[in-house]
Amino acid sequence: MTAPTPQLLARLAGVGLLGVVVQTAFIAQLPIAGANADLSPLLVMAIGLLCGSLAGGCFGFGVGLLADVVALQTLGVSSLVLLGVGYGAGRLREARDPEGTLVPIAVGAAATLAFGIGFALLQFLLGVDAPVSWALLRQLLATLVINALLALPVYALVRRCLQGALPDDPRRRRRRAYTTGGLSPLSRGVEIRR
Amino acid sequence: MYDKTVRRRRAVLGLLVACSLILLTAYFGESGGGALHGVQRGTSEVLNPIQEGASRALKPVRDLFGWFGDTIDAKGQVEQLRRERDRLRSEVLTNEIRKADYDRLSAMVELDGALGLEDKGLKTGRVIVQSATVWYATVRVDKGSDDGVRVGQPVINEKALIGRVTEVFGGAAQVTLITDTTMKVPARAGRRGEFGIVEPASAGNPNDLIMKFTEPDAGIRIGDRVATRGTEPDDRAASLYPVGLPIGRVTRIENEGTDTEEIHLRPYADMRSLDFVQIITDPRGGER
Repeated sequence: MTAPTPQLLARLAGVGLLGVVVQTAFIAQLPIAGANADLSPLLVMAIGLLCGSLAGGCFGFGVGLLADVVALQTLGVSSLVLLGVGYGAGRLREARDPEGTLVPIAVGAAATLAFGIGFALLQFLLGVDAPVSWALLRQLLATLVINALLALPVYALVRRCLQGALPDDPRRRRRRAYTTGGLSPLSRGVEIRR
Repeated sequence: MYDKTVRRRRAVLGLLVACSLILLTAYFGESGGGALHGVQRGTSEVLNPIQEGASRALKPVRDLFGWFGDTIDAKGQVEQLRRERDRLRSEVLTNEIRKADYDRLSAMVELDGALGLEDKGLKTGRVIVQSATVWYATVRVDKGSDDGVRVGQPVINEKALIGRVTEVFGGAAQVTLITDTTMKVPARAGRRGEFGIVEPASAGNPNDLIMKFTEPDAGIRIGDRVATRGTEPDDRAASLYPVGLPIGRVTRIENEGTDTEEIHLRPYADMRSLDFVQIITDPRGGER
């Protein structure tokens, strides 16, 4: 595992800041089927899947903190939950390295669910004594569906933003292995002919 | 190397979790003017212009999305709103009918009070059949002999005299209107209460009655009220109509001052829209 380059750090900061601004200035004001999309868990999930658990965790913490600051919420709530989301997504990448095209959808939905439940739990732990209403559950479910639909484009966009700065891109790693010999059956054929 | 990486990762994770918890605890524990709140406000103030700019820049996009959303929502609501519109339309209609009924009945009660008809055995009924021709001659009401209705009893609505009962059934009665050519009503008009007989001016015109047999110098003027005469002490037979039931207002006078003077009047009651009526079942009640 190599240390993140300054270029990657700058891009992550840009993605995080842009994501929070777009979330608060645009997405949060755009109700879809009575609920809003939530970019934060999707961004954190994408960073976790692309950069690993450490970067995912740090990014989650940072985005959560920024979101708490901007929304004037209790500091630390979103950061704690998103930290877990980013770390989990990163661990998934490190342990399983899933390659399916639809992986971001499933992981995005799971991240949204985890964020929603975790945030609600922390709010209740902090003393919100109102009972859980059906409206809250319905909204959580609606956000889950919307986020699942948005997960793939968000993941693609984040990957495009970080392109070239990722130090250990699994796809690039595989590509490099094929083109530098060793793993490629074509290169093996060339060696046999020689 | 692997152990070092894992240790490092876990250490960072632990550190961040600890940071979060410390932040959370400190923020939650401090007052509104605490350091963390101050930092949060300061950061928000710095970010506010950025958010405002972004919000303004993205407004057209937001509006576009909103337009799509509103359009889809509106399409979904069309059917529901149509149903609601139909229901409300029906409710409004019912309420209007009820209000009209209420107004008529109120006016009727007021008229009864003004004319002192409360002790004359009033039976309030509803017009169930109206003559479908242009003659506006008869109506049928839902009160009959079972309710004490007899032939000859006068009938009024909320405005004035409209006719008298000419046929009676168990639960209904036929009323011949004062616009029918067979009807003649003894009446008085003018300041001196000049006598005359009111009858239809022409068949099929519910807005024109004529008062005949008035004295040429009776002094009746346009606009004078015409009401029923009632029974005078020296009359040989009692009139069917109690005294003072309003009939109409003088609209014009033909051959004024001659023996063939004809006083035209317009009835107060609109014979084309009769709904509630009252049958005076005891016209001489209170006089005995």
